[in-house]
Amino acid sequence: MTTDQGKKTFVLKGIGVSPGVVIGKAYRFDPLDSQVSFYKLSDNASILHEIDRFKNALKESSRQLSEIQDNLKKTKVTEPIYILDVHILLLSDKKFINRTINYIRQMKINTEWALRMTLDHYKQIFEGLDDAYISGRISDVQYVVKRILRNLSGEKHETVWDTGYEGVVVVSHDLSPADTAQMKMDKIIGFATDTGGRTSHTAIVARSMELPAVVGLDNVTRFVLTGDEIIVDGTSGLVVVNPYHDMLKRYEDKKRHYDAARDEYLKYAKLPAVTVDHYHVQIGSNIEFIEEIPSAITHGAECIGLYRTEFLYIYREDLPTEDDHFANYRQVVTEKNLSSSTIRTFDLGGDKFPNYQKQSKELNPQMGLRAIRFCLKEVELFKTQLRAIWRISALGRVKILFPMITCIEEIREAKRLLEETRREVLERGLSIADRMEIGAMIEVPAAAVIADQLAKEVNFFSIGTNDLIQYSLAIDRANERVTYLYEPLHPAVLRLIKGIVDQAHAANVRVAMCGEMAGDPLCCLILLGMQLDELSMNHLAIPRIKRIIQRSSLSESKKLLEQAMTYNNAVDVRAYIQDYMSDRFPDEFHKKEA
Amino acid sequence: MVEMKTFKLKNKLGMHARAAAAFVRVAQKFHSDIFIERNGQTVNGKSILGILTLACPLGGMITVTTEGEDSAQSMAAIESLIENKFGEE
Repeated sequence: MTTDQGKKTFVLKGIGVSPGVVIGKAYRFDPLDSQVSFYKLSDNASILHEIDRFKNALKESSRQLSEIQDNLKKTKVTEPIYILDVHILLLSDKKFINRTINYIRQMKINTEWALRMTLDHYKQIFEGLDDAYISGRISDVQYVVKRILRNLSGEKHETVWDTGYEGVVVVSHDLSPADTAQMKMDKIIGFATDTGGRTSHTAIVARSMELPAVVGLDNVTRFVLTGDEIIVDGTSGLVVVNPYHDMLKRYEDKKRHYDAARDEYLKYAKLPAVTVDHYHVQIGSNIEFIEEIPSAITHGAECIGLYRTEFLYIYREDLPTEDDHFANYRQVVTEKNLSSSTIRTFDLGGDKFPNYQKQSKELNPQMGLRAIRFCLKEVELFKTQLRAIWRISALGRVKILFPMITCIEEIREAKRLLEETRREVLERGLSIADRMEIGAMIEVPAAAVIADQLAKEVNFFSIGTNDLIQYSLAIDRANERVTYLYEPLHPAVLRLIKGIVDQAHAANVRVAMCGEMAGDPLCCLILLGMQLDELSMNHLAIPRIKRIIQRSSLSESKKLLEQAMTYNNAVDVRAYIQDYMSDRFPDEFHKKEA
Repeated sequence: MVEMKTFKLKNKLGMHARAAAAFVRVAQKFHSDIFIERNGQTVNGKSILGILTLACPLGGMITVTTEGEDSAQSMAAIESLIENKFGEE
């Protein structure tokens, strides 16, 4: 998938070592390498000159590290200072120095070459050690060698830390405390590195500075250029490079919730969302990556209310096989802390599939051939996913959700294919669940209007507010010139949602909501008043939403809703709800200045 | 003058980077040659690379030899360093 500027989106998985979410510009920190040249020395005079050159570089490196160490002592970062001490000692290590000088002298090679040989020698020794911690210390030797090389080249030392960007995410193969000590920390908002673990220098520095960091990404440096847009999700251990628009929006949402979440909420997050008058709302989490599950559970998710499966298709050259789907879903449905998982079949357009890319570009892909429409055209592609979902149903409670349903024929055809694949899987002698709940996403206004009819076809609805609002109000959310018109509290939107819920309940069909609105604290009592059965959201929003529900009642929510629905415009609705909520929960909502 | 003594490492991580650095810092204060032996391998006690490659874990045994005019003083300093768990905890 590509961004608006045509840059390719990459998602990399590593180890989240410092929590939080940041979005910013990447800065590739690359202390060296590229211009190192190797050459032979011709005579004794040049050998002596070379040894002097090496010793001067050692001296200069030591001087720099001592200076950095002194500077570091003045800051609040105390942990990594000893590593600098190790580096300084390495620079004066006789074995290290003599070995390098011997290479220069005996093989008549320049210092750069000799240093490479010394490093290779120690690499071999360290790799042979049983102790993983000690053998990881080769990185310290490498670091020292890099610094010597930098000083050999006479290159001006990178004290300048000026990219012109305000918030930068430092992307590097690895970072030593000396590297970070040179950086202007106030400009840095996060870290992403190829190597490292929970105790690596980057992790320690990041935690002490309270900046999100993901390490152990293997090859993030290969995918990122300075200036690329980058998301670091230190909570889930994910890094997204050049996120496409929707994903960026979701992360902006996530970041907002993360920043708003307070530790005290987590105390209540594990408790169910039950109002004081005993109305229970199921709380789910929307996920895109398996890595988000542990954090979702800590934040109080009871189920996965929406598992977006698009990414199975995007991050690869070929199509995912049935087994690929199965292996992926297994990690979701076998999580025993979740009561159920709702898998949404893929919501993609043809432009994401190799065979389709040649076709003419759609002018308006949001309303084009995508989601269920595309699936019903590309039946084999669709059936591969359906078979995997049936197979996974044997391992845990799974619900299936079809996106972008607009008319009865679509849901019927989807169900027919689901039944067909059920038989196919059974014929192979595999076991599957006796029954699986089937749901329709209600995100097209037409579906909302015929909700009573669609309700006869399914077990549950899931309201996708993002698209429902954008289609109802005719607003392209990606178009910044009209986003100010995007308003979940528009009376038309409220009526549509209420209509969906009422018609569903009349037919005994459960209603969930999985759009951003579900995680918006301001809308919480409105949705409660409509008696939604489930709210599924960005997991970082869960603690706050649960806390509000636990302190409110269904009866007050109904009254609030009734009053809100008497207004004929969104401004009045918003003002009324804002007032009510800030009176009712003064610690949660600040009164708008009049 | 030669002194020789065997120690058991009591600090949590064994002879890791911080401990190794502390050892070298102490050893460098003395004129004596200082060697560490573990499992038949002997390294220079003033070389951090040497000590790291011993990879001596918690509970591991090392034998320290000091040779020179201040061998007794250097051994005493090293003993107190190891007994104090390299100043950790």
